[in-house]
Amino acid sequence: MSALLPAEFAEFEEYAAHWCLPTETERFERRMASDMDEMGAFYAAFSARLDEAIEFCDKYPLDELPEDVQRLLQLIHSYVMVSMAVEIFHQPKVVDSADAVLRRVKEPRP
Amino acid sequence: MPRWPKPAEGSWTEHYPELGTGTVSFHDSVSAEFYELEREAIFKRAWLNVGRIEDLPRKGSYFTKEIHIANASVVVVRGMDDEVRAFHNICRHRGNKLVWNEFPREESQGFCRQFNCKYHGWRYDLEGNCTFVQQEDEFFDLDKADYGLAPVHCEVWNGFVFVNLDREPRQTLREFLGPMITALDEYPFDKMSERYDFEADNNSNWKVFADAFQEYYHVPALHPQQTPIAVRKPGMGVECAHFQIDGPHRMTTTGGARRWNLPPEYQYPVEIATRSGLLGPWDGPTIEPLPAGLNPGGVEPWGISNFQVFPNLEILIYGNWYLVYRYWPTSPSTHHFEAYLAFPPARNVRERVEHECAAVMFKEFALQDAGMLGGTQAALETQVVDGFPLNDQEILVRHFHKAVADWVSA
Repeated sequence: MSALLPAEFAEFEEYAAHWCLPTETERFERRMASDMDEMGAFYAAFSARLDEAIEFCDKYPLDELPEDVQRLLQLIHSYVMVSMAVEIFHQPKVVDSADAVLRRVKEPRP
Repeated sequence: MPRWPKPAEGSWTEHYPELGTGTVSFHDSVSAEFYELEREAIFKRAWLNVGRIEDLPRKGSYFTKEIHIANASVVVVRGMDDEVRAFHNICRHRGNKLVWNEFPREESQGFCRQFNCKYHGWRYDLEGNCTFVQQEDEFFDLDKADYGLAPVHCEVWNGFVFVNLDREPRQTLREFLGPMITALDEYPFDKMSERYDFEADNNSNWKVFADAFQEYYHVPALHPQQTPIAVRKPGMGVECAHFQIDGPHRMTTTGGARRWNLPPEYQYPVEIATRSGLLGPWDGPTIEPLPAGLNPGGVEPWGISNFQVFPNLEILIYGNWYLVYRYWPTSPSTHHFEAYLAFPPARNVRERVEHECAAVMFKEFALQDAGMLGGTQAALETQVVDGFPLNDQEILVRHFHKAVADWVSA
């Protein structure tokens, strides 16, 4: 299988296929469909290198990120998404959000 | 003991004696008859914000807006002369909806050089003139000059595009906005062009939803998770530093130490890691000088200013970024909700991640509001009780329902 992420972040390949998602809609849906063990493992693994990952991306101009670096940024975005469940709500779903839905219809890329 | 001084009258509410201090009825949020009154007296008369100038980036850019309660579909377009105009979205030939993409009832946006009706191919230029009629000589004394698009009054204030569906608006947009809102003339909204837009269809009256975003009294109860558990204390209260009312519009300011200036246990790890979160990026470009109108109460240290522009627009300014909410009624018990966060464009991935974290955290807590307010609506609809007590922190809720009643009875 060819690598999705830059070689420097090869240790996260096992999460990449699952969490490199370009839109918030996909990341939110993936979170809702995941259990806390899965998300906790990704969160724990990535926490230590979040800052390094951001710095690595910033070796490139924002609008010229190579594809593997774009996927690294998607993984960072997924980390932010997962941290809501892990740090704040301790469950995938927002506590007391009932049947509410809020669709993100416009966002910058990447 | 209050942390912030109250006006000489003893409370913000009594500072505006026309508001009274009695209980408030929310019959206006469940009544089908009242909804009909709002349709005519508010949504067909008030200036309504339908978008931003950044939504029309170049000549020929357009978007459509469905204003359900006013039975209106409006197309807003930047003409070849760079003027922004609005028209009723209806072909003058057989009444077809003129501008739509995949589904006629859905809003659309894009770029064009002219409007072309899908039904019989009539065409209009971006100034609304009818420019082409298929088989024109088959018609009877038809003069294209008589068949331009029906115009809608459209004015722009500091990049916010407003329409007014009245035949002849009773006030210009600036008169309508009044001194408190136009004191934001110098605020550089245009610098914040990186947008995260959200939409929802919520099961509550538009006012029930708006009410939750013009008081912070509910925050400790509904959003306890905004404070990390280690430092969460039962019975924590909230006090705004300043309230102000100007005509049908209202605002409040929070004050005190910014979240990120508190000890680290008051932030979640992801906030510390990204230097962003519930109140947005900690750093980012400084906007200077901030116009005095942003903090009319002179609150120090200043937190957030929350402007409620009648009838259905909220602008929350955090300094170097802002947040907008719009509530579009779709029935007495439902509305279409629009929100966006706007930042100065990220210059690198670090700033992009700051913005993403703010946008993600915003949604988390907005979902709690939306989840609960369907319950508020359902309970109000039982109409078992009416006459609800509002405290001084809820002065803007009191004023909002009064402003709506005043417009309806005007």
